[in-house]
Amino acid sequence: MNYAAVKRHPLLRSLLISLFSAILFLPFKDLKSSAILFAVLFICLSAISSVKNLQALPSLPKIKLAHPRFLRSASMPAGIIIFLAFPFFLKDYYLDVLIMSGIYMLLALGLNIIVGFTGLLNLGFAAFYAIGAYTYAIVNTKLGMDFWVAVPLSAGITALSGIALAIPALRLRGDYLAIVTLGFGEIVRLVLNNWDNLTNGPNGITGIARPSIFGTAIGKLNMYYYLVFIFVVIAAIIIRRVECSRIGRAWISIKENEIAASSIGINTTKYKLYAFAFGTFWAGIAGILFSSKMQFVSPESFTFMESVLILSMIIVGGLGNTYGAIAGAFILALLPEMLREVQSYRMLILGIALVLLMIFRPQGILGGFKRCTF
Amino acid sequence: MLLQQLINGLTLGGVYALIALGYTMVYGILELINFAHGEIYMLGAYLGIIFLGLFTVTGLTSVSLPLALFLTILLTIIVCSAYGFTMEKIAYKPLRNAPRLSPLISAIGVSIFLQNYVMLTQGATDKVFPQRFGDSGLQFLNVNMTYLQALIIIVSGVLMLSLHLFIQKTRMGKAMRATAQDKTMASLVGINVNSIISATFIIGAGLAAVAGIMVASYYGLVNYYIGYIAGIKAFTAAVLGGIGNIPGAMLGGIILGLVESAGAAYISSEYKDAYAFIILIVILLIKPAGILGKTTEEKV
Repeated sequence: MNYAAVKRHPLLRSLLISLFSAILFLPFKDLKSSAILFAVLFICLSAISSVKNLQALPSLPKIKLAHPRFLRSASMPAGIIIFLAFPFFLKDYYLDVLIMSGIYMLLALGLNIIVGFTGLLNLGFAAFYAIGAYTYAIVNTKLGMDFWVAVPLSAGITALSGIALAIPALRLRGDYLAIVTLGFGEIVRLVLNNWDNLTNGPNGITGIARPSIFGTAIGKLNMYYYLVFIFVVIAAIIIRRVECSRIGRAWISIKENEIAASSIGINTTKYKLYAFAFGTFWAGIAGILFSSKMQFVSPESFTFMESVLILSMIIVGGLGNTYGAIAGAFILALLPEMLREVQSYRMLILGIALVLLMIFRPQGILGGFKRCTF
Repeated sequence: MLLQQLINGLTLGGVYALIALGYTMVYGILELINFAHGEIYMLGAYLGIIFLGLFTVTGLTSVSLPLALFLTILLTIIVCSAYGFTMEKIAYKPLRNAPRLSPLISAIGVSIFLQNYVMLTQGATDKVFPQRFGDSGLQFLNVNMTYLQALIIIVSGVLMLSLHLFIQKTRMGKAMRATAQDKTMASLVGINVNSIISATFIIGAGLAAVAGIMVASYYGLVNYYIGYIAGIKAFTAAVLGGIGNIPGAMLGGIILGLVESAGAAYISSEYKDAYAFIILIVILLIKPAGILGKTTEEKV
């Protein structure tokens, strides 16, 4: 039997695939688990192929998320009300997870400006998150600066560092820019790890103050939840406004075609700088919220994996879509918690989920750019 | 001292270069940053330990150590290549025409999967390489070059040279170069683009597998997360030399290894991992397409 015939015969094909996988698995585990894998795979694959030709699998019908007009206009307020109600019936543990997902939403919103709107791939976004978090940690523990004074300071310093990176780096294009941002992220993490006098090295900074409103410290989680919630809503509104303004249109035109954009008079370097400054600004806000919530920062929280996670969030949600960034952050921050039942397998499942999502819905859950209604 | 650092740097650089070749070949053809490539290297390190452990248990190492080592390397290359092949078929092939960042996320998914796959099957603790090679070696000019270092430098040199010859002289290599230039045109002249892409992944994974075994034997310890930092550095090396450019990846890897060991010896070992990125940023700012990369005019 020749190769083509093997390919066409579904049962033989699934037999070969499962045998192949089992052999690949064998060196890592014993014969027994390999045999189980073979049996399970063979049954699953032949079941799938008998229902439907395996070739058709990658082109499953695309999931349409088109709601009726009413649902679409009602989903936003309904979502806000549900989020506002959460602290009344959720346990502290889940509130904690939701607060973290709120911080991730801010990060995703910021990164979405740089990657989603302007098309500049950034693989070191956690560095800006770290700069924001450490700025507050340092000015608070060393100078005793108040949270509310530190918010503009942290965000401002982070945005400045974004500009400082962007000025030289914007001469580079595409993946070269990406790798420089990656390098910047690693350098920042290493500096935080080794500059013992200022950052206390790998031990991190402890005893960071919680924010206070009218003299009373926000100690309870539900108060903190609302604080983060307000920041996310404000960020989403402002970003949506900017996205639909002249600046936002300039960003999107740079992403679509840089040469065309510059030929209609857009100063691409200037707008790219704006994107970096504005995007990293939100990372600074997320950073200060993170360090004031945890009351502790250490370089371990700002690894390359964190940058990758934030990038995955905006791509899962739909690159260039502000609501998509929020949805993606929500899903990816909660997914590991939802998979708690299967503890050790959760990261494994996350990996598989990312691959499957990209295969079946490469444009992300909410799809690409959401049109502005001018 | 300087010569000693040169040798340490070459050893490290040879390993980086072997991994960087996988990145650069895939990038040259698919314009994809294959983030999971570092994990293939990690799989190689583990498989080396597993197979050599198996041969130690069955007694083959005591009969003939070179034969056991040879079989270990051969089996590891085969299995790693199979992993590379499968990875491409499952995670990248369905995404050929997807938006540019989708395969990147898919690659990240594969990377997370493989890390946890190895952690779950092999445990989270360090694995020890079953064979110690000791510190004995060649002594010259106040310098100690262990046999293992010499072996690593020779093996990586030979592999790079043969890859270069393969790409430049064989029919398959020519087809690869054609595919890297223009996929559509290559398929028009009768090149099976899909099998070329598979071959690229297989070769890249094989080279990474060798790098994995060499590192496992050099440091004696491996862990399931070694693929990540080695992957980043190797990718940096590929970009340093000019991504998509095969001699560039070799040069980039060696420069990176030299800079890292010299920096760790003369400046401060705390910032060991940062030198690679500092040199990268400096070089890219002077020459934005990498050392050997060609600056391409943008097409309108």
